[in-house]
Amino acid sequence: MTAGPLVVENATIGYGRVAICEGLSVDIPEGEFTVILGPNACGKSTLLKALARMLKPSAGRVLLDGKDIHSQPTRAVARRLGLLPQSPIAPDGITVADLVARGRYPHQGILKQWSAEDERVVAEAMAATDISELASRGVDELSGGQRQRVWIAMVLAQQTPLLLLDEPTTFLDITHQIEVLDLCAKLHREGRTLVAVLHDLNQAARYATHLIAMRDGEVVAEGAPADIVTADTVRQVFDLPCRIIDDPETGTPLVIPKALASARL
Amino acid sequence: MSTAQSAREQAPALDAPRAAIEPAPRSRTARRVLGLLALVAALALLAVLSVAVGSRAMDLGQVWAGLTDAGSDSYPVVTELRLPRTVLGLAAGAALGLAGALMQAMTRNPLADPGLLGVNTGAAAAVVTASFFIGSFGFTETILFAFLGAAVASVAVYLIAGAATATPARLALAGAAVTAAGYAYVSAIQLMDAATLDQMRFWSVGSLVNAHVAPMLPVVLLIGGAAVVGVLLARPLNALALGDATATGLGVDPRVLRVAGIAAITVLAGTATAVCGPIVFVGLVVPHVVRAFTGPDQNWVLPYSMLSGAAFLLAADVLGRVIARPAEVQVGIVCAVAGGPFFLYLVSRRKVARL
Repeated sequence: MTAGPLVVENATIGYGRVAICEGLSVDIPEGEFTVILGPNACGKSTLLKALARMLKPSAGRVLLDGKDIHSQPTRAVARRLGLLPQSPIAPDGITVADLVARGRYPHQGILKQWSAEDERVVAEAMAATDISELASRGVDELSGGQRQRVWIAMVLAQQTPLLLLDEPTTFLDITHQIEVLDLCAKLHREGRTLVAVLHDLNQAARYATHLIAMRDGEVVAEGAPADIVTADTVRQVFDLPCRIIDDPETGTPLVIPKALASARL
Repeated sequence: MSTAQSAREQAPALDAPRAAIEPAPRSRTARRVLGLLALVAALALLAVLSVAVGSRAMDLGQVWAGLTDAGSDSYPVVTELRLPRTVLGLAAGAALGLAGALMQAMTRNPLADPGLLGVNTGAAAAVVTASFFIGSFGFTETILFAFLGAAVASVAVYLIAGAATATPARLALAGAAVTAAGYAYVSAIQLMDAATLDQMRFWSVGSLVNAHVAPMLPVVLLIGGAAVVGVLLARPLNALALGDATATGLGVDPRVLRVAGIAAITVLAGTATAVCGPIVFVGLVVPHVVRAFTGPDQNWVLPYSMLSGAAFLLAADVLGRVIARPAEVQVGIVCAVAGGPFFLYLVSRRKVARL
């Protein structure tokens, strides 16, 4: 198997002197929708931040296209790798179109002003996320679900083959969660490589084509959801006794937590 | 993300009329360009006023003679006093307006002003220290000490805030701490030593009155150079406005950007403060008013703040010369008296944009 576009090589990653992950190795396969999951504080967001070069490993390396990500100019990386962080900030009074346009930053230079190409890419990104009719609206007047689509459009305007999404569904209600995940699945079908951190096991099993399950800073299981979402793995990762059935909608694994003995009384 | 907002989404019927009222992007750009032209025109008018109006009343003929005829009676006042004063007002006002806009953009804090980097206190502390140990010295030396003090203070704030790991919140806290400690130190020295108090009085209220003895060329070059750097930071600052994480994803290194921004602010505000003394409200109020007109795009906020800062300071200075004739009110006082209530009005009207 050839190495994917993003590879973590024997990395120690953490905040300050506290290491969250030690000796971690992960290979993100090209063209897959990879979902990283695990219990709170398992290191999944830490891993995503390392992939996004927001954290520099104190040992080991993160490779983008085979080269150390920290040795490449950050703007060049930004043309390969887009990032939607957990809580991005929308400046007060900014319009949807202006926010999406900021995704063009890595394609611009001091002398290279706003071009027709930029204009076209921004319009496409807004069309792909179904927010074209919101273009002149203020971002602060949108609902959570609309706002999340605006942010995804901003990252799409960056035109990167790789997309990293840090808990893109966390603050949304269930309808908007599914809407965002359907959008992610569409972006994946169009040929992009996606990596997302998700909380919901069943959503991960339904949408991911590749799963990375983590616990205590280590990868516990990795592979296609159908192969690794088993009662054993779920117990190993989440300490959750469960049954696995086929999702009646999609046939993907569906995790049913077991009722506690005491609750049955 | 409140329930009220999601309720609004349920009513798409409201969208159509709303979209119709919104100005099209093109007309918004047209408005911004027109505003810029109006600002330049206002600046030119104010510059003429600043040369023509002063505590000594003269007609336009005398002003013209004062500019063109070195032998005329009005030449010493017009060319040797008012002209450098006008140039200094333009340069210092532009520097303070731009430094304030940069500071607010960099810290994502709408209440930040260059003073928060310790620039004013640093300058004051350096001047009192020098005058305590050396005794009396000239204006050029004062400027030099003040500039060094401003630079040392902003570097200290940056280091205390954690240098490369500095966050907007830590910068603001470190700045507040250094400012408080600096003021305590300045007051203590002034109380201990009456001669220092005298030396400081000449400097401590913001004023353009010493323009004719200031080294204008270095002042204008320093401010001009730092202004070019500052305005070029507009695009990365636009990315930084979306949060440090988003900025990183877009290919901006927030640490590098903060160093560049702090350097530009230090030179801009440090130079202005060193020559004029502390003038506080320009850097705080001007970017607020500007953002209410231009919106949050730094490509417009920064040049607008620069020109508006120059216009505001020059207008305040001209006003200060005429309201208490034949005496003068220092520009720092006029700025505070005019800017303070206006700022309160903006806050109460909630026109102040959250960053």
